[in-house]
Amino acid sequence: MLINQFLLLGAVLFCIGVYGVIARKNAVLVLLSIELILNAVNLNLLAFALRNHNPDGHVFALYVLAIAAAEVGVGLGLVLLIYRNKKSISLDELSEMKG
Amino acid sequence: MLSTVLHFSGLAATGDFVRPRIDYHAMAPEMILAAGICVVLLVDLFVEESKRWLTATIAGLFLIGSLIPIVTLALIGDDTRSMFDGRYVVDQFSLIMKAMFLIIGYVVVLLSTNEIEEGGYHQGEYYVLLLASVLGMVMMTSSRDLVSVFVAFEFLSIPTYMLAAWRKRDSKSNEAGVKYFLLGVFASAIMLYGMSLLYGVSQSTKLTDISAYLSAHSTTGVVALSIVFIVVGFAFKVSAVPFHSWAPDTYQGAPTPVTAFLSVASKAGGFVALVSMVYLTFPSAKDVWQPFIFVLAALTMTIGNVLALKQTNIVRMLAYSSISQGGFILMPFVVAGTKAAETSLKTIVVYLLVYASTNLGVFAVVIAVARRTRSGEISSYGGMLTWAPGLTALMTFFLASLAGIPPFGGWFAKLNAFRAVLEAGTGFGYAIAIIGAVNTVVAFGYYGNLMREMWMKPSVDGDNSPVRTPPSLLAALGITGIATLVLGILPQLVLRFGDLNDLVHTGALGK
Repeated sequence: MLINQFLLLGAVLFCIGVYGVIARKNAVLVLLSIELILNAVNLNLLAFALRNHNPDGHVFALYVLAIAAAEVGVGLGLVLLIYRNKKSISLDELSEMKG
Repeated sequence: MLSTVLHFSGLAATGDFVRPRIDYHAMAPEMILAAGICVVLLVDLFVEESKRWLTATIAGLFLIGSLIPIVTLALIGDDTRSMFDGRYVVDQFSLIMKAMFLIIGYVVVLLSTNEIEEGGYHQGEYYVLLLASVLGMVMMTSSRDLVSVFVAFEFLSIPTYMLAAWRKRDSKSNEAGVKYFLLGVFASAIMLYGMSLLYGVSQSTKLTDISAYLSAHSTTGVVALSIVFIVVGFAFKVSAVPFHSWAPDTYQGAPTPVTAFLSVASKAGGFVALVSMVYLTFPSAKDVWQPFIFVLAALTMTIGNVLALKQTNIVRMLAYSSISQGGFILMPFVVAGTKAAETSLKTIVVYLLVYASTNLGVFAVVIAVARRTRSGEISSYGGMLTWAPGLTALMTFFLASLAGIPPFGGWFAKLNAFRAVLEAGTGFGYAIAIIGAVNTVVAFGYYGNLMREMWMKPSVDGDNSPVRTPPSLLAALGITGIATLVLGILPQLVLRFGDLNDLVHTGALGK
């Protein structure tokens, strides 16, 4: 199996995702970057499941998919909430509380 | 084609499906809670607006109801009950933690009743989410598999993201929710990446299998990376410095009963997850996590304390205080892989119990006072002795317990924590004990400041009309006060529960 390629792709996706979360100021793009990390996780899990010849990784990946969907549902709801109140989804403007 | 895929994926090798044996008695608390979620949802659907307070009562009843099987399980006191091939385990540790989470849930329902009802917030949904989060915590205590740890972790987190943003029109509450959500999800994604690597090298998601793999093989770079990632994920949840930046903002912006829930239950949930990882899964790879957790613990208690000193808002001060208390709970983890492992595990359980009862008590007083003053400033506590002598006495009692003044519960918990790290006799143990001792003294600064404000200062506006506390808040104060008092005077009670050989049997503590 060409497992290294999968893991490499996973690692690259993970790094892009982490960079996105740190560098982006747009709430939706941050959510998108988090999705990238979760997809990197799924790639890893599936690649390892194929290498290890056991189904745990497949099952784990299904759970990750389901929970990622739930997270995005909540996340988009929250982004909608700040858009309604502030007419902006920039994370820079979320700075009412300091200290 | 399909058979090739099945062959490569290993799905074909699993053989015929065998129905797993389910121990319904051991699962009863989870099932009652799940039923409670459905009932509250349905009641909310069919009951008219003026009777929505019923949802709070029902949620409370189900929380108490799921305590019953826990009590019977504890009374039977037989061996560890394990289900699903040892991936879901009910032992003494999980029983005492489950009981703690359910009682916290009940007290938070008591704290929320007036606030949510008077605010006109969505009552039914609030209690559904609260129950869901408590169910996640209850599941977390029994999870002994990467998948179920992850699912329980998200189950306890996702409802709290929504609870933090509960005041929809208040931009502070929105900010609290969004910050908590983004950092929480980011942390759990990083944790998942670590879990996927750990699964890859150890070929199993079962914690005991991973533990066996780790003790049989030397620690590689990938293993070290995965351990660090997993600890980082849980460190966010327990708001350990430097992963604490969400905590003060979220605590301040969220409705105060939710803050109480976050600072106690969700934090304890993170610590339970950390226990199952550090004590069960990683003990043999302690070269990796021991220095890491040492740095986390030292930074958490110090920076939490220093920043708490300069706060003027009471909830923000309590946020930093709870960060610093989290550092003290992290302290015994530093000696987890040594001969003091068992003492330190007991210490963590005792500390969590004491911290939960005391901190909930503090928040109950804060909520009761805020009903009169409508202010979160520490200066609004001036002259509290004249307008609320009972609350002042209780608050002093809780603060003294948090600060660790004998003979209250907090003193006993701190004493145990120091005993555990000193018993280990390692360099890390001694170092963390010294840092902890200094921080205990520093903490008197801000707890004492609040006490002085209550006892010495005159009231701000000269208004000395007494404060009216609703019965549900009184009940919450009673429960937390008695718990703190009992834990301080009769610590043997919890030490008996803290006698935890079960993790040794089910896991790798003894190996």
